[in-house]
Formats: sequence, C-alpha cells, structure tokens
Amino acid sequence: MTELTIRAGVFLGVAFLAFLASAYAADSGFAVQMAITCMAALIGCWVTLGRADYAGIARGVLHIPDLDGYDDDPVRWSVIAAVFWGMAGFLAGLYIALQLAFPVLNLGLEWTSFGRLRPLHTSAVIFAFGGNVLIATSFYVVQRTCRARLVLPGLARFVFWGYQLFIVLAATGYLLGITEAREYAEPEWYVDLWLTIVWVAYGAVFIGTILKRREPHIYVANWFYLAFIITIAMLHIVNNLSVPVSWLGSKSYSAFAGVQDALTQWWYGHNAVGFFLTAGFLAMMYYFVPKQAGRPIYSYRLSIIHFWSLIFLYIWAGPHHLLFTALPDWAQTLGMVFSVMLWMPSWGGMINGLMTLNGAWDKVRTDPIIRMMVMALAFYGMSTFEGPMLSIKSVNSLSHYTDWTIGHVHSGALGWNGMISFAAIYYLAPRLWNRQRLYSLRMVNWHFWLATLGIVFYGSSMWVAGIMQGLMWREYGHDGYLVYAFADTVKAMHPLYIIRAVGGLLYLAGAVIMTVNVWRTILGHSRTEAPMTETLHDAERDRPIGRVPQAIAAE
Amino acid sequence: MTTLAEKHKRIERNVTLLGVLSLVVVAIGGIVEIAPLFWIDNTIEKVEGVRPYTPLELAGRNIYIREGCYNCHSQMIRPFRDEVERYGHYSLAAESMYDHPFQWGSKRTGPDLARVGKRYSDEWHVQHLKDPRSVVPESIMPSYIFLADRDLKPGDMAAHLNALRDVGVPYTDEAVKEANADLAAQADPDADTKALMARYPKAQARDFDGNPDRLTEMDALVAYLQMLGTLVDFDSAAPQETVK
Repeated sequence: MTELTIRAGVFLGVAFLAFLASAYAADSGFAVQMAITCMAALIGCWVTLGRADYAGIARGVLHIPDLDGYDDDPVRWSVIAAVFWGMAGFLAGLYIALQLAFPVLNLGLEWTSFGRLRPLHTSAVIFAFGGNVLIATSFYVVQRTCRARLVLPGLARFVFWGYQLFIVLAATGYLLGITEAREYAEPEWYVDLWLTIVWVAYGAVFIGTILKRREPHIYVANWFYLAFIITIAMLHIVNNLSVPVSWLGSKSYSAFAGVQDALTQWWYGHNAVGFFLTAGFLAMMYYFVPKQAGRPIYSYRLSIIHFWSLIFLYIWAGPHHLLFTALPDWAQTLGMVFSVMLWMPSWGGMINGLMTLNGAWDKVRTDPIIRMMVMALAFYGMSTFEGPMLSIKSVNSLSHYTDWTIGHVHSGALGWNGMISFAAIYYLAPRLWNRQRLYSLRMVNWHFWLATLGIVFYGSSMWVAGIMQGLMWREYGHDGYLVYAFADTVKAMHPLYIIRAVGGLLYLAGAVIMTVNVWRTILGHSRTEAPMTETLHDAERDRPIGRVPQAIAAE
Repeated sequence: MTTLAEKHKRIERNVTLLGVLSLVVVAIGGIVEIAPLFWIDNTIEKVEGVRPYTPLELAGRNIYIREGCYNCHSQMIRPFRDEVERYGHYSLAAESMYDHPFQWGSKRTGPDLARVGKRYSDEWHVQHLKDPRSVVPESIMPSYIFLADRDLKPGDMAAHLNALRDVGVPYTDEAVKEANADLAAQADPDADTKALMARYPKAQARDFDGNPDRLTEMDALVAYLQMLGTLVDFDSAAPQETVK
C-alpha cells in the first residue's frame, strides 16, 4: 500500500512539474509537449491507483502467468507496441511517398507538410517500431540465454513506458515543428535528456540480468545487444550536446557548427544504422534463426571475428555521407576505406546466419517464418554490398543527393530490419501468449510475398530514379551547356515516385495482415486451414524405405 | 585459431570486460576521425566576409529548420563542373562555420540552396513559397502560404544570440543587447540601419514579404534565403584561383 502511494505520488509530482513548465513555457510548442508529459504522468497515476481493478480486463493480453519463471510482461507490451508503431510508421511512409508524387497531399497545412512528416516517418519506423522490437527481443533473449529472470522488474517496466513517452514526445514535436534538424536525431534537448534516462535504465536492466545469469558464458546475441546499448548511449549523448535558449523553451543550438557538426552528426547517423539497425538486429538473428531452424549457429569462431570487426569498423564509416563536401579530404578518404572494409564483417555475419540453415534448408519451402529470415539475410547481404559500393567516391559522386540512397536505405530497412523483425514477432507471439501456434501460417506466407514484392517495386524504382537523376544533373549537350534544368529532373521522377508508392502500399498491406494474424493469435484463435505444403507423390510408386535392406539381404 | 577461441572465453564470461572492451573498440573510430577536426587548423580555412547571422536571418533560419527544409534541399555544392555551373562556386568549410546546426543536407528532392541568395527577387520567393507551382509548374514543394499570414514571434532574440555565443559564435555584447531592435530594423524600410550594417556587413535591409505593415515569418525566411551564399566575394578571389 505504501508503495502504491509513493508511486502515485511520484506520478502526481511529475504531472505537476510538467503542468508548471507548460504554463510558463516560452513558446507554444514547448507548452504542448509539457502538457503531453503532464497527461502521460496523470495517466500513469490513474493506472497506478486503479491497478487492482484493472487486472481483470488486462488478464490474458497484458499480463499472463509466468512461463518457465521468466518475466515476460514488458516483452508482451513491446511486441504489441512494435506492431502498432510499425503500422503508424509504414502508413506515414506511404503518405509522404504519395506527397512526392502528388504534392496536393501536403494539404497546405504546416502540420502535414513533407518537411515535418518525413522525420515522423523515419523516427516511427526506426525508433518506435525498431526500438520496440529491440526492447522486446532483448528482454526475451537475455532471460532465456542467461536462464535468469529480468532483474529490477519495476525498472524494466519504466524502460517500456518511458520509451513510449519518448516516442510520443518526439512524434508530436515533429508535427509542431520542434526539431534539431539533424537527421535521425531530430528530438529537442529535453526529449534527448529523457531518452538518456530511459536508456541508462535499459542498460541497467540488461546488464543486471546478465550479471545474474546461471550460464557461465554470455551468448553471442547478448554481445551484440550489449554493444548496441553502449554505443547508442555514446552516440546519442555526444551528438545531442546543445545549449537550450531557455530552460522553459523547446529551442536549442547544437554545440558544434559546420564541418564538426556535420561529421559528428553523420558519425551518429551512420552508426544509428550500424548499431541500432545492425548490431541490435544481428543479435536477433543470432537467437531467432537457430531457434526457428532448430540448428546451432554455423560457426562460433566466425561469430567472434564478426562481432569485433563489425563494431570496430562501423564507427569509421560516417564520413561516406560527406564525400566531396567541405569535410577535409583525409577524413573523407578514411570514411571511404573503412566503408569498403566493412563489407567483409557484414558478409561474415550473413554467412554465419545463412549457413546455420545447413541441414534445414528444406524449411525454406515448408516454413514461411524461416523463409522470411532467409530473405532478411539475403537483403542484409545485398544492402551491405551496395553500401560499400556507394561509399566509393566515384560512385558516390553520382549517387549522392539522389533517390539511389533512398532505395539503398529501404532495401536494408524493409528487407533486412523489417523481415527479421516480422519473423521474430511471429516466433514470439504464440510463445508469449502461450498459444499452440500462430493464428495462421498461410497469412505469414501472404505477408512474405506482399512484402517481398513491395521491396522489389520500391528498390527497382528508386535505383532507376536515382541513377537517372544523377545522370540528368550532370548531362552536357554538344553546345557545352547543361542539358536539363533542375525542374526537368523533378518531372522525370513522377512515374517512379508512383511505382515507389505502390511498393510501399504492398509492404503496408503485408503489415496489415501481420497485425490481424498477431492479434488473433493473442486472442487465442487458430484458423482452420490447409497445410502449407502438399508435396505431390504417387502412392503406388512410393515404397517405404524399409523394404530395401530386405531386398538386398535376399540377394 | 583454437587459442583465439580459448582466450575469448575469458571475455565472454565477464560482462564488465565485454562491455568495457566494446566501448573502447567503438570509441577509437570517432576519436581518430572527429577529434582532430577541432584542432587541425586547416580544417576551416579563413575566408573574408563570413559573419554570424543577423537576428532576422537567424529567425528565418530557425523557420527553415522548423519546416524541415533540409529534408529536400542541400546547402553544400560539390566541386564538380555541373554543380558549379548550376549552383555557383563550390561550398567552403568557412561558409558554415557559424551554422548551429549545419544544414548541408543529404538529399536534393529540390535544388541546392547554398547560393540561392540574390538569384531571385523577393517577390519571386514570396510567390514561390505561397504557391510553388504557380512559378515552377513541375515543382512538388508543399505550399507555405501560412508564413505570410503569421506575425514573426521568435522570442527574445538576445537569448538566442546568447545561446549561440555559448557555443562559440562571436556575437559582441552590443549585438546581443541590440538583437531585438536589429531584428525589427532589418525588415522595416523606414528604420535607420546604419548600426545594423556596421555590425553585420552585407546585410540586406528592406521589407521582404511585400507587406511593409507587418513583420511576418515570411519576412524572416526570405531574408535568410536572400543572404545564403552572398557573404563571400568569389569574384575577387577568382584570379588567384586560375594562376598556377
């Protein structure tokens, strides 16, 4: 009872402070953000006080009895949140894709213009969808591989809710025009501080659980999660160093300027890819691929080499976003060289994942979840080849500033991050809610094909668009003048932007199917459906293998 | 190789060791690449003419940031023949030395803006921001018509200049003190701008949005766009560049 009172009191205190900050805010954006913080705290208070009565409703979805002695409530919530934010992020992506084809969709309103919605899309898919998948899987995997319950269960719940508040503050901030204008690090100073607190708590829960393990060795997936948590903390703190104009206002100025700011930002930006979207997701690969395939990881030594070389090399690759800019040449060259070297550990990881299927390759035909994993690894391999290639200066001179980059990012994001996340969610859903199986395997198959087809449309249209754009910009006529005005290239992009939007629509359609499938699984439904594979065979001619030795013996 | 795996066992049995080693390994790249940029002198070669933003330009820049213009427009011209002919002299590091944050951008859905200043009239900019397709039929830019209809309320510009001074922009005490007055004077055709011009050489002072009665967000944004790339005089430097 005292605990309950203290908790409710803390929530009320936070709500009160946020209310004061909102009332005395220097600008309206900060006022709205603080009002949201206040609302969130009030909701927290309300839920805390009403908890005793709410258990009945939530039972079966948000809380179910422990399985095997593990603390899985935060995992369940994160899976639900991931599906929700994924849908929001994909929808935002489709909308802004359509805006580029049909600018009237900007609606003439400030809140719905491309410039504000694009960070909403990128943050929603990377940090909201990806982040929740990472929280869910890391909490799930660390418990299983350490054979230990999550330490600090209260803090683990704080990580989940604190992270959701971060997402809501960041997202509403973008719509209100509150931004630091640094790609993938747009949230303003106070949201950054909040994320820092949540991230430290996340690290404490994760590392604490490893410390309490009952296995002598730390499993390789946890190395990757650990490196991801530590490195993101380092990147986030350094890149967001800034001085607020007022302690009661949203605006801040970056601590760095010009060249230094650019390299700090892309050191961060590229390693948001390298550690958030790669190391964290490789951790998922190292757990879920062997689990689903029922085979051990292909090579233990390769995982050691893969891990250390990947985390060492990735950090250097940032300057490839700044080739031919005013960044000093030595830094550009270093960035290019390390980006090309990065190809090797990336493919080492892909090989380790794919070869894990040795002896289980038949499952690609029979198990759509394995098929998703294989496709994810294939896209990982493709985009980690394309990335080093685009980092070569002469290629980059054509590709930079064009939609080729966008195509490259999406073959990685939709293909690798998306597919491996969907596979992990399909793996987790029946296990977390204690169901015999997924609602429908055939729907997983539909999701797989819709997503794959969507990526093909997306990737091919953006490759063509990017290369065309780059060539048109630099085309000279026989008279020695530039052939195309910039506006000509914009016009030429129109059909390709439409094809891209069709790709996005297909990908979103796949995600809708997943949402239905996961939700019905949670509710405990299972669809009556024909099995996935019905291999043709001739009963007459198929003989049981047992007879053969007899025949040999008779001879 | 066996020994490697054997030795590695020590690391993978100790989370502190694993965590510390990971941090060391990931820190090296950043330290080697980024830290020297702060102390190698020729990272930013001094160029005459570059100065901090006037309060009005700064307010306009903050609107540029708020609307996410950087998502589609770069401000970084690369040293290629086609880019230099299309956009002007390639960008120099010094030109963004007071940019907190930098706005080099990463994508050109629209053209580069590093030297857009003085290329078009104020009227063109206002019309283009209100209804892009009325001046460029192929454009896919959103309409920013609301900027013309909203009073500029940037907050206390002295506080903004102070914050920038904290991160190293050399605003004088006087510039900070006069920040709010300078903001108003730059967009007021009747104001005395002598002090403003002394503080901020090459500043352009006039009514920018075609509506002299009001100081709108449009005024600030157009003032910012019209100064982009205009501070360095490349014509005077050109002869030196061609001499071998």
